[in-house]
Amino acid sequence: MKIALTRLAHARSGDKGDTSNIGIIAYQERHYPLLVREVTPERVKAFFGEMVKGEVERYELPNLGALNFLLHEALGGGGTLSLRTDAQGKTLGAALLRIEIEVSDDELGA
Amino acid sequence: MIRIANGQGFWGDWLEAPVRLVEQGPIDYLVLDYLAEVTMSILQKQKQHDANSGYARDFPPLIGRIAKLMKDRDVKVIANAGGVNPTACAREVRRLAPSLKVAVVLGDDVLGRIDEFLDKGYTMENLDTGEPLKTIRDRILSANAYIGAFPLAVALGTGADVVIAGRSTDTALTLAPMIHDFGWGEEDWDLLAAGTIAGHLIECGAQVTGGNCQVDWQSIPDLADIGYPIIEAEPDGSFSITKHPGTGGRVSRDVIKEQLLYELGDPASHITPDCVADFTTIQLRDAGPDRVRVCGIRGRARTPMLKLSVSYMYGWKAIGTLVYSAPQAVEKAQSADTIVRERLRQLGLAFEEIHTELFGVNACHGPVAVPCADPPEVQLRIGVRGRDREAVDRFTRELIPLVLSGPPTGTGYGEGRPPVREVVAYWPALIPREEIQTRVEVVE
Repeated sequence: MKIALTRLAHARSGDKGDTSNIGIIAYQERHYPLLVREVTPERVKAFFGEMVKGEVERYELPNLGALNFLLHEALGGGGTLSLRTDAQGKTLGAALLRIEIEVSDDELGA
Repeated sequence: MIRIANGQGFWGDWLEAPVRLVEQGPIDYLVLDYLAEVTMSILQKQKQHDANSGYARDFPPLIGRIAKLMKDRDVKVIANAGGVNPTACAREVRRLAPSLKVAVVLGDDVLGRIDEFLDKGYTMENLDTGEPLKTIRDRILSANAYIGAFPLAVALGTGADVVIAGRSTDTALTLAPMIHDFGWGEEDWDLLAAGTIAGHLIECGAQVTGGNCQVDWQSIPDLADIGYPIIEAEPDGSFSITKHPGTGGRVSRDVIKEQLLYELGDPASHITPDCVADFTTIQLRDAGPDRVRVCGIRGRARTPMLKLSVSYMYGWKAIGTLVYSAPQAVEKAQSADTIVRERLRQLGLAFEEIHTELFGVNACHGPVAVPCADPPEVQLRIGVRGRDREAVDRFTRELIPLVLSGPPTGTGYGEGRPPVREVVAYWPALIPREEIQTRVEVVE
């Protein structure tokens, strides 16, 4: 079944220049492998569409049950150049939690 | 064990936080982080107008306010409040708190050495774009090397009550007292990485004690009286993170994880002047109410380069707004946007970017925002950025006329024309470590 990522994870996001970083953290560490399988850099790039002009990189932190995404050229120039309300990407983590992932009942409850 | 607290996550953070940290319980060190990436350019301009300015103005009055408590409770302060003029900052601290010994760390400001570096063949490419620094040579406003914790530890070694640095890294402020008190060496990579990660955890103040926290945010107690973070550091590199008892907020593993990931790049290679810290080795354990134990951290040798923070004059920007009400507020705002863009086109004005947001509809999440049907009102927000000040200035005159000559219900223009703002941009680069010589001075 499809569920929104927000059921399994929380997030915090910020900036480094024109790159937004989004940390996605499993509420329960046993769900971390589902995040690794479902929330791929390709899917994150597709989710944000035209908002992210550059590549999406993903790093794994199994010790924290967390993934770190770097979204390049994602903040309208970043820093002082950006014309966006959210020039630091503070809200992009909350946006990404709406992405839908495919999981089975067994995996959710396992 | 030593207690290191952070009372300021950025210049502009809650003024009461550092005072409460000293008042409400035991701490040994109070660290205060004042510098963002382009703060140095603002301070450099202030110094050009007044040789006694160029530092974080909020800092000396704060020290004046807590000086007596610092002495009574033996609390030392470490801050990168010095900006581009640590000595002037120290003199003002001495004026307001004459009982305190103050030391400054100098040598990070390399604005006067750029040509020397270029002559030596350092191209100082922009780490984001790869362009060489010479392309912006004439527009540079400030240039500082990020310095690490060891010069700050040397300053603590003078017996200073207050250590003032310029562009030290945020994490160095927290690592320095560990080096000073525990005698850690320059190649104790695991220990330096542990202290660096402790610094990363508290460098944004209350963002690690329940502020800006998504997990169950409505249940986080008493954010009005939130406690700022305290590291209880051990000589073996393990530490606990907590806050004063009775304060608001929350310290839990979930909260800590959010801050560990904040502004993180490659977690296995977090590069600072002091070491390369590996965030994938961090182990967290709940250790009681509002207390998390952190251990297991590994690090690797520091790199031969230091990061340079250069700021330069880039151009101009302006952001203007108008409000439209229901019905069809979205359609009205979109129509107004089309009209503004057409009028700018007819004027032949060129911009690097014109950016439109419908505030209340898509300002934060852009094309991935959840659609909402016919909102009661929408704020049209149009921004332009360009190299030509005149063009940006003309743009600021093109919004209010729409109240009479555009779609109906245009309002919310009471602030008048938006200001034209200077855009100072940030240029991150690298310089060999041996080019940067720091020194410590006690300011009498």
